[in-house]
Amino acid sequence: MPSETKVRPEAAAVGNVATGEGRFEPTIVAFFCNWCTYTAADMAGLSRMAYSPAVRVVRLMCSGRLDPQFVLAAFRQGADGVLIGGCHPGDCHYQEGNYKALRRVTLLRSMLRQLGIEDERLRLEWISASEGEKVQRVCNEMAEDLRRLGPLHVVLSKLGPEDLDGLLAVGQNGSPAIAYEPAEGEVP
Amino acid sequence: MTKPKVAFYWCAACGGCEEAVVDLNDDLLAAVELVDVVFWPVAMDFKREDVEAFADGELAAAFINGAVRTSEQEEMVALLRRKSQAVVAFGSCAVLGGIPGLANLYDRESILREVYHECPSLEGSGTRPAAGTTSVEEGDLRLPVFGADVRTLDQVIDVDYYLPGCAPPAPLIWAALSALVEGKLPEKGTVLAPDVALCSECPRSATKPDKLSVDHFRRPHEFVADPEQCLLAQGLVCLGPATRAGCQAVCTVANMPCTGCMGPTTRVADYGAKALSAIASLIDANEDDEILARTAEIVDPVGTFYRYSLPASLLHRRVAEPAGNGARQ
Amino acid sequence: MQLPENDRLPAGPSTNGSGMNGSDSGPAKIGVYVCHCGLNIASKVDVSRVVAFAGMLPGVSVAREYKFMCADPGQELIQQDIRDGLINRVVVASCSPLMHEATFRRATAAGGINPFLFQMANIREDVAWVTDNGDAATEKAQALVAAAVRRVADHEPIERREVPVHPEVLVVGGGIAGIHAALTMAEAGKHVYLVERQATIGGHMARFDKTFPTLDCSACILTPKMSSVRAHPNITLWAYSDVESVSGFSGDFKVRVRRRPRYINEDLCTGCLSCIDACIYKRPRWDDEWNEGLSQRRPIYMPFPQATPPLVVVDPDACVDFKTHKCPRPCEAACERQAMDFSQQVRIEEINVGAIILATGFRTFDARRIPAYGYGRYPGVYTSLEVERLLNASGPTGGELVMRDGSRPERVAIVHCVGSRDANTNVYCSRVCCMYSLKLAHLVRERSGAEVTEFYIDMRTPGKGYEEFYERVQKEGTRFIRGRVAEITDHEGALVVHAEDTLVGKVRSLEVDMVVLAVGMEAQPDADDVRRLFNIGCGHEGFFTERHPKLAPVSTFTDGIFLAGACQGPRDIPDTVAQAGAAAAEVLAMVDRGSVEIEPATAFIEAGACSGCRTCVGMCPFSAISFDPVANVASVNAVLCKGCGTCVAACPSAAAQQHLFTDRQIFAELEGMLNAV
Repeated sequence: MPSETKVRPEAAAVGNVATGEGRFEPTIVAFFCNWCTYTAADMAGLSRMAYSPAVRVVRLMCSGRLDPQFVLAAFRQGADGVLIGGCHPGDCHYQEGNYKALRRVTLLRSMLRQLGIEDERLRLEWISASEGEKVQRVCNEMAEDLRRLGPLHVVLSKLGPEDLDGLLAVGQNGSPAIAYEPAEGEVP
Repeated sequence: MTKPKVAFYWCAACGGCEEAVVDLNDDLLAAVELVDVVFWPVAMDFKREDVEAFADGELAAAFINGAVRTSEQEEMVALLRRKSQAVVAFGSCAVLGGIPGLANLYDRESILREVYHECPSLEGSGTRPAAGTTSVEEGDLRLPVFGADVRTLDQVIDVDYYLPGCAPPAPLIWAALSALVEGKLPEKGTVLAPDVALCSECPRSATKPDKLSVDHFRRPHEFVADPEQCLLAQGLVCLGPATRAGCQAVCTVANMPCTGCMGPTTRVADYGAKALSAIASLIDANEDDEILARTAEIVDPVGTFYRYSLPASLLHRRVAEPAGNGARQ
Repeated sequence: MQLPENDRLPAGPSTNGSGMNGSDSGPAKIGVYVCHCGLNIASKVDVSRVVAFAGMLPGVSVAREYKFMCADPGQELIQQDIRDGLINRVVVASCSPLMHEATFRRATAAGGINPFLFQMANIREDVAWVTDNGDAATEKAQALVAAAVRRVADHEPIERREVPVHPEVLVVGGGIAGIHAALTMAEAGKHVYLVERQATIGGHMARFDKTFPTLDCSACILTPKMSSVRAHPNITLWAYSDVESVSGFSGDFKVRVRRRPRYINEDLCTGCLSCIDACIYKRPRWDDEWNEGLSQRRPIYMPFPQATPPLVVVDPDACVDFKTHKCPRPCEAACERQAMDFSQQVRIEEINVGAIILATGFRTFDARRIPAYGYGRYPGVYTSLEVERLLNASGPTGGELVMRDGSRPERVAIVHCVGSRDANTNVYCSRVCCMYSLKLAHLVRERSGAEVTEFYIDMRTPGKGYEEFYERVQKEGTRFIRGRVAEITDHEGALVVHAEDTLVGKVRSLEVDMVVLAVGMEAQPDADDVRRLFNIGCGHEGFFTERHPKLAPVSTFTDGIFLAGACQGPRDIPDTVAQAGAAAAEVLAMVDRGSVEIEPATAFIEAGACSGCRTCVGMCPFSAISFDPVANVASVNAVLCKGCGTCVAACPSAAAQQHLFTDRQIFAELEGMLNAV
């Protein structure tokens, strides 16, 4: 098939493992800035504040480093949601990085809406170094939102070299050696 | 010594890339002296079976433009791939998906319904082309299958070189042909255009302030831009900073902001996201509501940042509906 | 662009070869070390499974586990594998990089390869400690290990750069903390600038009468140190001055100091005070801040007799000459040295220092915020600081306990926890109030013979000699009632303190003549502005944030800026002096080492890739990016760059990248995290 819907096949398995039920467990990539949010996540750890294992943290020095390409790469490779954590406005360790992040995420969000990605899947939070509790709360809330929304269905198109032979088996009379198969009842 | 054989083919295209070859003007005559064009549907009467008759690899190069959507396009590009030593993705549609790529904002069913049933100029309830084989007096007709989405050329076949542009600039075409003929093509996978953004070529670059920021985005129809000053500095969403040079800045010279047809540099994984990041960074506001007001001035982000490159983007298309939730517009 | 196999993201050629090809030293051979951290990780994460998983990842040539990777044997594992040629990249899956990144980078370097060919996976704070289910924790740990492995394959060696440390030092704040720090460093031969906002150094301690628990006279132990500061050849004292701006970075700060005009020539004034006596205002009319407004001063004044520097100050808001320009200026005539200078202007000094210690102190809680206690309404209600001034021999009443109305109290109540341990004002305990309340009780009894009752919640007397002092004061006859005071009212000329006596279970209403409110310690009102000036953080109570509450209490997250004293949190004088000494020691370590390593994760702009679009130039808050209009390219000054990466995300053609956080490295991390499990 030239077009395949990329759903993480182990999503259901993770659901089984983590909750004992057969329900979908999302994957969230969290980009945390070193000085505030990453430290807060460490604080949450120190205080043993448990939160959903859905969240995987990528450490950046500043939320200003957050390139929208990272958000798309995360969605493409299987993340169901992306969380970005930065310092509160006015408190950025590098003065203004968080404001740049806010500008980019705001515009990115409006573009993602056009691409069918719900607002809940991209979340920007200001979390200071002492707010371990907020890390816990936000992660759990987001995991719950995504359980409700379901997995993100990124549709990629990967025709590998092995599909070429099928495409080339085309005779003069045109036996349909095509890669796209209409589904039952679907009009091609 | 026999001249190298080349083929030109068009997939989901507008014909502009064919025009671009003609735009070589006097060099076109020189070009046909250098190469033997053995397949060019817009200009010559060779058929598919002529291509099939070649040995594998007999063509030096196939220049394929247009995006790929139908089964006929898939078959033809696969055929040309087999028969050619080098395949050049020619023009923004083949390289990035191009304007047709914006169809990836819609699902197949909505497109077919709109075209064949709901279009305002239709009379009656419309009828779709039949699947399978239809027999007519002259023989059996098999219509191509309309694919699920629009793809770039390299999402279908192995591509050797990329020549972006909507349409590719004539000097770059000439350079590519010359390199082919002289056997001096660079390493496989190279984009045959400068690997630096347009600001390096744009004559307005010197007027750009060192610390640029935008407090209001404007659209080209709203005012007549100052012909000397940097367009981004005037509030137009000019994507020159994010777009490859090589086109001699024809659009900005014509007082129109760059829309990004030459695509990204090699260092960028997703053109639209990077261009968006740069434009957003320049917004002159730090408060939520002001930033929202600025972003609202960019009325169609996908159309602005992915005008030519949606199929090549990291997400490739608007995401699919969750199973069982029904179609959503 | 062509999708390579495995759907890897194309983000341009790496600067040293692609992905798995590793560094100049050949293909990447990654060593993965998974730590048990005792039971901290191992009780939740199945470490052996993670090791087995890691061993199967592409590029991994060694995968081991150990109980405590940060300990010597753990570090030795890494170093031995490097020496044996088995690995040229290191991944440690253990605690947070904020904890041990530096440790393992050093271990990697000690093993013989570049310390930046190293990546940590945080499977303790981010996994074991926050995940309930063991299987989910193990799976998450595997994902993070895979992410680190994929990322480290893309790391490049980075040369560590050092910049020299300027040998001069700045201390901001001239209280006991600033004084002690300055003297310590000056004695070590370093030149110190001591900048103090008030007209004299000494801070709060100079205003106390006696200090607990020894009952030393506060000024007696402090003024010798103040004199030493003034006399020390290595200390430049700028009182009546503020820091206006700070730029630069650790080792090389450029500071602008604003020296406010006293309107006297400092070189000529001898502190004889003739000008004050001659002032046209015969009767002092302005609240004397030194005495908490309990007395008045003239527009020209000396803060207190032992003021250091011993110079007079003219208050331009009070002096009539500034308003009318018509005063005959008897002060000028009275000065034998002709030291008056009404034309004096603000002077800006620009200095270059290697390190800065902030010792800006505290302010007392404003008792008006608790209206029920009647401060500001009842003249018989005082704050502890006001009572210190009353009891002080050089205070407004010459050390006698005389109230505002001239009477002498016979019954005194001391109310604890005013603005402390209170959900409505400040939640924290101010640490010193129990002790100073005991001290005041003792002094009040001694000075006036009045009966003293203390209303407390708990008695907190933890220091050396503190508990003994508490017992002494109890034995002396001070009464203690355990109950938070609810309200203070008046009744027929006396004050009434209402509190529940919780040990007895009865509500008491005690009639007294004087109430002393033990006000808590708060951050200075402009602490937020000050901390922005120095680019450090504040906690939500307003005190400056230390780098680590246990292990790094005197440094901040900004290299080169240190903290001493109550600006970091409530504390008593012994702790303040100890902390000031600690801050001085850290500064001396920096200055004597002579150089500091600058941030390795700086941004850079690839030669030939920059189009001159200048999107980056305005992004940098540290002005580290400059544009060359001739070459039409921008470039990053690696010494000024602090490594935030904002310019990198903004660059529209990805010509700007950040060491240790390149696009490729982040994409690799994401790929490992999302695809490998």
